[in-house]
Amino acid sequence: MNILVCLKQTFDTEEKITLENGRINEEGVEFVINPYDEYAVEEAIKLKEQFGGEVTVITIGPERAEQALRTAMAMGADKGVIVDIEDLGDNVDEHTIAQVLAATIKEEDLAFDIILCGYMAIDDGSAQVGPRLAELLEIPHISTITKLTIDGNKVTVDKDVEGDVEVIESTLPILVTAQQGLNEPRYPSLPGIMKAKKKPLTRLELDDLDLDEEEIVAKTETIEVFLPPKKQAGKILQGELVDQAKELVHLLRNEAKVI
Amino acid sequence: MNFDLTAEQKMIRKLMRDFAEGEVAPGADERDRTKRFPKEIFEKMADLNLMGLPFPEEYGGGGADTISFAIVVEELSRVCASTGITYSAHISLGCAPIYLFGTEEQKQKYLIPLCQGKTLGAFGLTEPGAGSDAGGTRTKAVKKGDTWVINGSKCFITNASYAKFVSLTALTGEKEITAFIVPTDAEGFTVVDSYHKMGLHSSNTTELVLENVKVTDREILGERGKGYKQFLITLDGGRIGIGAMAVGIAQGAYELALQYAKERVQFGQKISKFQAIQHKLADMAMEIELARLMVYKAAWLKDQGRKFTKEASMCKLYASEVAMRVCNQAVQIHGGYGYMHDYKVERFFRDAKLTEIGEGTSEIQRNIIAREIGC
Repeated sequence: MNILVCLKQTFDTEEKITLENGRINEEGVEFVINPYDEYAVEEAIKLKEQFGGEVTVITIGPERAEQALRTAMAMGADKGVIVDIEDLGDNVDEHTIAQVLAATIKEEDLAFDIILCGYMAIDDGSAQVGPRLAELLEIPHISTITKLTIDGNKVTVDKDVEGDVEVIESTLPILVTAQQGLNEPRYPSLPGIMKAKKKPLTRLELDDLDLDEEEIVAKTETIEVFLPPKKQAGKILQGELVDQAKELVHLLRNEAKVI
Repeated sequence: MNFDLTAEQKMIRKLMRDFAEGEVAPGADERDRTKRFPKEIFEKMADLNLMGLPFPEEYGGGGADTISFAIVVEELSRVCASTGITYSAHISLGCAPIYLFGTEEQKQKYLIPLCQGKTLGAFGLTEPGAGSDAGGTRTKAVKKGDTWVINGSKCFITNASYAKFVSLTALTGEKEITAFIVPTDAEGFTVVDSYHKMGLHSSNTTELVLENVKVTDREILGERGKGYKQFLITLDGGRIGIGAMAVGIAQGAYELALQYAKERVQFGQKISKFQAIQHKLADMAMEIELARLMVYKAAWLKDQGRKFTKEASMCKLYASEVAMRVCNQAVQIHGGYGYMHDYKVERFFRDAKLTEIGEGTSEIQRNIIAREIGC
């Protein structure tokens, strides 16, 4: 089975986000594999263990993103592709990423029976790249899956729908995106870590891909980046219940203005 | 000069941070109270092939370096020093002597199961009357025909209850010390686990009693009469482990103190805003950084195949004293809560003291450094 995993290197979930000149400051920050993408990597390795084949991990990012691919390789992925699109600067959005991923798969002749992605990246949180990529490749996709069963050509998934479960059947080739609960990612083993560096890694730049820069530049524009407002101290209402209810209604109408 | 860890070292640090947080930290307080040895943690570490980390793959090891070993010990000790010392002793006292001095046959027989984590490693040196003063060794091995008959006792031996064999030293002549690899199930070999310790409650510390234990020449570690030299070299490596353990304990206590200082409000502000507290935390951060650099330097020298006796002593001495200072101040910053078990720093405080004693006291480290600088 040929398995592709698209992953993104993101801030460690414990990092504090700070802004500098209207941009997120990356100085001294620890980076990790986006946690949802880690589920995708784990599921890919499990599929390989079950059916044999090869797991290829693909990422788009600067040089430091290689570490995320090496970590996936330490877990058991076989090879990797890293695409540097820094030439595009800030002109990048989900549309761009999906186009570059599709072009990379084509350029590298990456055969696939299944493509796994995290359902969203914890930084941008758009949850678009997976489905967009599937559209470009003209294959079916199912997002936010929590269980995956493959039998021959038949694919059965549990899909998380806001806390409920939908069971969906489809066929290979397919793209699925991983929701929390799909699996428990393994720790990379020491031999895995020691071998990761020796696994094949292809580096591509935008020029290596058959793409028209004008067509792939972002279709969205970032106007402003700002941190959420500091949490205000809560208010505890006092007095008789009737008065509290009245005051609550008053505050909801006039202060919070939610009614 | 390059202060960056390699990609492998970084991944090992990340792995061990995740493993320590996920598998080691959750039960650490309870284990400290119940004095339960976390066998399951070492089984999981064996699954990840970590139990032979710095030894060659041909013996079931991981082929990683001493810096990686220090990283693993630090990360374990950052959440549970008992786990840290168990691992450190397994590698540097259990596996290392067999790797360094054992015959090929002994490496096949003993080092492979150690690296695979099928047994923990232990090293029997200290006796009631002998530790760093090897001249006080009383355990004797007498040759009768083809058999060596060993009598004597050892104290403060880490891991022996979980070891299938122990390398231990015995007199084989007037002043001749030889190390033997003795199976713990040999007739006359008793492992006693009954110490009441100040800290490191979930590590295994034992007495060994040997009554007419019989072994043969094949159980001599390497060569007869080399025991003294072997244990000096073994302890050099072990000190890097204890230094790393001390750094881990200090780092763990410091993080707890920093966190607490940023939450605790007194006199209308967080106590981290008071300069008296800030200076304590700044000193902690600085000293831990320095101790870690010294541990890395000693480990790096060892990895380069260079002499590291002095640096190993320096890192062990400095890091252990830093651990004591940091834990003391971490408890102080917590005030009354710091004296309570639930706030963890009292466990770190008790555990830290061992690092000033084990594998050569601070006084012995100063003796070694003094000798190395030509006093």
